[in-house]
Order: sequence, then structure tokens, then C-alpha cells
Amino acid sequence: MKIEIAGENALILYFSDQVNDESSAQIQAMIQALDAKVGNGIIDLVPSYASLLVIYDDDIYEYYAMCQLLTDMAKQLGNQDDQGEGKLITLPVYYGEEAAPDLEELAQKAGLTTDQVIDIHQGQIYRAYAIGFAPGFAFLGQVDERIAMPRKSTPRKAVPKGAVAIADRQTAVYPSVSPGGWNLIGLCPVLMFDPDKTPSMPLETGDRVQFQAISKEEFLAMGGQL
Amino acid sequence: MIISNPGVLALVQDMGRIGQHRIGLTVGGPMDPFSFHWANRLCSNSENSTAIELSIGGFSAEFTQDTQIALTGAVVDIKVNGQAAPMWHTLTIKAGDVLKVGFASEGCRIYLAVQGGFPVAPQFGSTATVVREAIGGLDGHALTKGSVMPLSPWQPQPNLMMPEMYRPYFLNPKPLRVVLGYQEASFSAVDKANFFSSDYTVSERMDRMGYRLTGYECRSSISNMLSEGISHGAIQLPPDGQPIVLLNDRQTIGGYPKMGSMIARDTARLAQMTQGKTVSFEAVTIEQAHAINLLSRHHESKIQLKSTD
Repeated sequence: MKIEIAGENALILYFSDQVNDESSAQIQAMIQALDAKVGNGIIDLVPSYASLLVIYDDDIYEYYAMCQLLTDMAKQLGNQDDQGEGKLITLPVYYGEEAAPDLEELAQKAGLTTDQVIDIHQGQIYRAYAIGFAPGFAFLGQVDERIAMPRKSTPRKAVPKGAVAIADRQTAVYPSVSPGGWNLIGLCPVLMFDPDKTPSMPLETGDRVQFQAISKEEFLAMGGQL
Repeated sequence: MIISNPGVLALVQDMGRIGQHRIGLTVGGPMDPFSFHWANRLCSNSENSTAIELSIGGFSAEFTQDTQIALTGAVVDIKVNGQAAPMWHTLTIKAGDVLKVGFASEGCRIYLAVQGGFPVAPQFGSTATVVREAIGGLDGHALTKGSVMPLSPWQPQPNLMMPEMYRPYFLNPKPLRVVLGYQEASFSAVDKANFFSSDYTVSERMDRMGYRLTGYECRSSISNMLSEGISHGAIQLPPDGQPIVLLNDRQTIGGYPKMGSMIARDTARLAQMTQGKTVSFEAVTIEQAHAINLLSRHHESKIQLKSTD
């Protein structure tokens, strides 16, 4: 683990320079260990693919003390075998034509049929590496290389709420209507962010996600809108 | 209080939304926390009371009950019922009074606090409006013509003023101080030297998410990196080499190389600057940053508001 300064009261911990399950597990372990101090010397934590940003109260912790605390904590956790698998969440997806404006094009570019793309997309378990961009937007990885697809050259002004999308080797469910350049391959009827609910999200970083194809009828019955 | 004209941008703000980065919520809160703090203090309010941040100005509103208010921040003409009224003073307001705020001549963020704070329901622990997230404020949006801001029951408090010597001076040419960090090692010594010795100009792309500056092009040797957490004041250098200082409404994660982060004392000054202003950077060590903070807190603890009763 490498520590860099991220600001007058922030440090960033780098666990790896690439995305992998091991650093993801280390990040989750660090979060669990630091959680008790959030609101009590630690202001906030921002996990991402291979790093963890720690924002602390510089009235309580001096820089060197915080470096020491984080280094010691990482050392202690490094000796644990418990990697913590995270929750496994199944998200239903309607992959039908009217819900998937980019599926056909993606399949063509990938040299696959749309059914093959759907099978590959729902055929694996993803990990939630980071939440950001918009409230409740979870970056899930890694998408199978066969269906990885760069962002669209012209982003859409309004991607619908619940859109299931792919960008490079990441996939996500748009939590609300927002601009976006990802390739849209389906719609998920599960609300990814509800400010009036506790918890406001069905998943957190470190959790695992699997997609499951549903019919149009099931999608509508679950409250999905076309 | 009924808003008759929100002006350029009027946002309900408290100190910001803390501890919610993990679900992707940013902080929000006042761009100039110093001015925000003293607006509340002039109304004898607690630290985190909800006030309104006006950008540039052009705001007007009618009060629906008696209360006391205070305006701080950017230099702007204010009128109550057409009569000029001072900034950095507690002002006594009667039901039916009309407040008009002109356009800032120095600085660009103005704070309007009312006695007791605006009683707005918090979302995720804060009333701070983040328009991009549609979170906070009255309904996640900026105030509009006809918005009705609730007021707290008025409990008469002393009338105070902040002596001029303590008020911020927005034309201060002092460099903006930066703690090196993040991917600073990926910038060449020449680029770094130029970054810290050149003047930059505040571009038209300056808002609550960040300030884009134009000047010497400074490029990282990293072309592709994993997205990571962005701290307040982080200075991002996208492939065009023009720095963006990320502020209150920044996205919580991002994938551009960063030189380090501006200290909060100075993001407050930057946030008061308008398009075309010239700025420069100065590198400080983390120890210097802490010393600056300690000294500033010490000075602020010595500020004594004067009674005007």
C-alpha cells in the first residue's frame, strides 16, 4: 500500500495500480476498520477501484499521526485471511428492444448476436468497485472483454432512470435520469437510489451483483416503465 | 419570505453534507465558508444554521414576518424598502419589508442569514442544495421566483456588526496555496516550475463544481488512470493541460491526474473570483498548511463583533 497526500486534511491510499479482487477486499477491510472513526476524527471515506481517500479532521489528527494510524491498520489487516465477499445482489433486467437502444449496435460491433451479448452480460458476477458520478451510481466490473465497448462519441442528453449500460469493461444501472455516454442494453426496474429510503441504495462498494433477464411483463409488474 | 427574484443563482446552504461520499453524494455547502459563518454569527445563530448563498446577486424578496437578517460576502449594494443598508451588520426587518440585493462589484458570493436560520428539512443530514444531484434545499432545486422560504419564530437578538478590519478583502493578490499530492510526481520539473510561477486566468467555466483556469499548459505523463476519490480543492489537469480546481459540488470520484489540492482558506478566496481574474499558485508543505489553518483559526477566534444597539 502506498500513501499520498490528497489535500491539507486528506490522504489517499493506493492498494494496486489495477482493478482486482484483492485490493477491493483490502479497501473494504480498511473501510470496516475506519468506520468507527467516521464522525470522530475521520470526516469521510471515498473508496474507488484500487484506492481509498481518507478525509480527516486536522483539528484532531496531525498528518504524521494519520499516516501512522493508516499504515498500522493496513499492516494489521494484511495479516487477516478473511477477505469478505460482500452481499450478492441480483438485479433483474429487461433486455427487450424498446429498453435497449444500443444493444443491436453493440452486438454488431462485437460480432455477436444480441442473445449472446445478453447471455454474457448476465452470465457473470460483478463487483461494485466505486459509487460516484451521480448519487447511487455504482461502477460494476469487470465486464467480459467480448462485450466491452467504449463510450458513445456523442453522449445522450438524457439516459433514462434504470438504464443498464456498458462502458469499456464497466457496467452500471443509471439511478436517475442524467446525461451519459454509456451503451444502453436494458432497463432495471429496481430503484438504485431512493433518498427517502434507508438505506438509500440496495448495494454498497464491495458488494457483488448479478443480472438476471426478465420478460416485459415481469418488468412492468415490478414497476418498470417503458 | 417570498422570493420575488432569485437573481443569478440563489441556493439554500448549510455547512454541507458530510459523510455521504460512499453513496456518491458530494458536500455542497458555502463556497466561502468564512462569509457564511459570519452571516450566521451576526444573527446570533448556531454554526450550521441554514442560510442562502447568492452568486453575483440580483436577488429580491419580501419578508412575511418580523426578524433580523445579515448579509456578508461579496461587496454589493443592498436596500431594504429602497433604503441603502450596510453589509456585515445585523438588520432589523419588519413584516412586509422588501430586501433588494444588487450585483457584486468585488467578489461574487453573498450570504443572507436570518435569525434562527431558515427551518428547512435536511436530506442526508444537511439542507445544502446540490442542483446536479437534485438534493437539499426546498426540493433539490435553486430558489425561483415565488419560492417561499420558511422563517423561524423571531426571538430578538442583539444588533451586531463586524468591524471593517476583519472583513475579507477580495482584491487580495496573494497566491493561492497548494499542497502537492496525488499524481504530482507525474508532472515534469519544468511543468511544475511553470505551474507555480505563471499567472492563470479564471475562465468562463467557473461554477460550484469547479473553476477552470487558463494559462501555462501542464501535462501529466499519465494518460490513463483509475478513477479515485477527489478531495476539496483538488487541482485536476485533463489532457488539455488547463487546471480545474474542484470545489463544493465536485463529483466524488474522477480519473484525471491531479497536481495536489488547494487549501480551504484559499478555495474560499478563489470561489469569490469572477471570470477574467488573474491568479497564481504557491506550493506549501502540509506542515505549512496546518500552520496556516491554526493561525487563521486563532485569528478568527479573536474577532469580536460590535454591538450597534
